[in-house]
Amino acid sequence: MSTDSQQHTHHSAALEFKSSTFSVPVLVLASNDRVIIEQQLQEKVQRAPEFFKNSPLVLDLQELNKRESDINVSELVHLIRKLELLPIGLRGGTAEQNQQALELGIPVHSGHNVTAASETQKQPQAKIDVAPEPQVFATATTLITLPVRSGQRIYAEGDLVILAQVSAGAEILAEGNIHVYGSLRGRALAGVLGNTAARIFCSDLQAELISIAGNYKVSEDLNGTVLNQPVQIYLQNHALVIKDI
Amino acid sequence: MARIIVVTSGKGGVGKTTTSAAIAMGLAKKGHKTAVIDFDVGLRNLDLIMGCERRVVYDFVNVINGEATLNQALIKDKNCSMLYILPASQTRDKDALSQEGVGKVLDELKKDFKYIVCDSPAGIEKGAHLAMYFADDAFIVTNPEVSSVRDSDRMLGILSSKSRRAEQNEEPIKEYLLLSRYSPDRVRLGEMLSVDDVQEILSLHLLGVIPESKSVLNASNSGIPVILDEKSDAGQAYADIVGRYLGEDKPHRFIDEKKGLFGKLFGGK
Repeated sequence: MSTDSQQHTHHSAALEFKSSTFSVPVLVLASNDRVIIEQQLQEKVQRAPEFFKNSPLVLDLQELNKRESDINVSELVHLIRKLELLPIGLRGGTAEQNQQALELGIPVHSGHNVTAASETQKQPQAKIDVAPEPQVFATATTLITLPVRSGQRIYAEGDLVILAQVSAGAEILAEGNIHVYGSLRGRALAGVLGNTAARIFCSDLQAELISIAGNYKVSEDLNGTVLNQPVQIYLQNHALVIKDI
Repeated sequence: MARIIVVTSGKGGVGKTTTSAAIAMGLAKKGHKTAVIDFDVGLRNLDLIMGCERRVVYDFVNVINGEATLNQALIKDKNCSMLYILPASQTRDKDALSQEGVGKVLDELKKDFKYIVCDSPAGIEKGAHLAMYFADDAFIVTNPEVSSVRDSDRMLGILSSKSRRAEQNEEPIKEYLLLSRYSPDRVRLGEMLSVDDVQEILSLHLLGVIPESKSVLNASNSGIPVILDEKSDAGQAYADIVGRYLGEDKPHRFIDEKKGLFGKLFGGK
C-alpha cells in the first residue's frame, strides 16, 4: 500500500515498507594495489575522521574491471573495515566478485554493471551460476477509488491506479506506472526511483505537472491538442512523449 | 442517534456562519432539538448572526475548562425553543480548544440533541480541524470562484483523511456541497463558475444553491437567521437545503434565471 499519512488504510499494520533515497559515499577504485589503496584511503579519512567514522560506503569496481585488473573483495572489505568504514554494497563487480561480496553479507547493486554484461557476452553460457538480476521495481498495485483531493499525496511502490479524479494541488507518485481513470488535474510523477520505462495513462489530461523518472513538463509546456484528452505519457530519448490513446 | 454536522469551507467569508445559523434554525423549526456551536474562538460571530450576543455569559472554552456547565453556557434561541447556541470565547484563541475537551462537550450534547451543528472557522488549522474532527456530515460551503473551490477541495481531503471517522476506519463523513452567493446573471457573463463547473471540479453531491441576496446582509445585521425570512430567495434556498438534507425531494432552484420562476419567487415582495 501507499505510505502517506493521508491515505485511507483499512487496517493498522505492524509494519510497512517504505522507500527512501539515501546519499551514500561511493568508493571508486582505480588501482588494485592494496597497499596504495590503504595508504590513500587513510590519508582521506584522517582529513575528516569524524565524518568518515563508521560511515557507510558503496564499493565501485567498474573502473577497475574495465582495465581487467582483478581485486580480491574479501581482502578489500577487510582493509576498509580496518579503517572504520562500513561497506554496505558493491557495484560494477564481476560475477566472482559479486559472489564474494554476497558471502560477506554485502549486497550487490546492479545498474552500471557494464563489465559483467560484456563478460557474459564474451563467454556465452560459461558461468551459469550468475544469479539473475533481482527485479528492481516492485510490482504491487495500489488502487484508489476515492477522489484525490488538493493537498493529498499518494505514494505507490508499484503501479498506482486511481478510479476517480485527481484534483489540482494533489500529488500522486509511483515507482511504476500511473493510471488515472478520471480527470488528472494535479501532479503525477511515475517511475520516481528512476524507472524510465514507467508510463502515465489518464482519461483526461489537465495536469499541473507530469514526470517520468525525473523528466518533467509543467502545465504551461503542454500542447493544447493533448489537453482534456485521454493520453499516455512515456519517455523516449530522455524526452516526454504525450500520445492519445 | 444524534448527528454532528460541520459547516466548513477552508476559505473565509464564503458564508459558513450564515449557513450554520440558517440550517440550525431550519432543523429546529422542523421539530428537531438542535445545538449550534461556534468554533471560531477569538473571532466569535455566530452570536451576532443569531441575535443572542447580549445574552452570552459563559462560552465554549469555559465549558471545556470546567468553569461552567454546558447548561449554563447554552443559550436558548428566542425564536425557536428547540434551538440552542453555544458561543465561542472572544478573549481566547484556538489553542484554548483541545480534542479531548471538544469530544467531551460533543458527547454530552449528543445525549440531549438530535443535531449538533459545528460552525467551523476559516483555514485548516486547529480550530477548523477540531470543528470537523468528530463530524458525521459535512456541509462544504463554496462560492463559485476558483480559490474558494480549491480550498473546499483541500478541506474535503482533510475530511477524508484526518477526521475521527477516517482515523478509526469507520464509514466516511457524508459530504454535501452548498454553493453560496450564486448569481446566474454573472455566470452567464462568464464572471463566475457555473454549478456544473464547480461540480465537475469537486465531484460532490449538491445539496443546494444559495443565490447572492441582499436579504442575507439584512438578516445578519438584524441578528435573525435568513431562513426565517421566508419571502427571501436565500431564506427559501436554505429551507430547501434543510428539507433535502432530511430526505425530502425538492427540485433545485436558483440555478437558472428563468423569468417565470423569478416572477413567482418575487411575487410576494
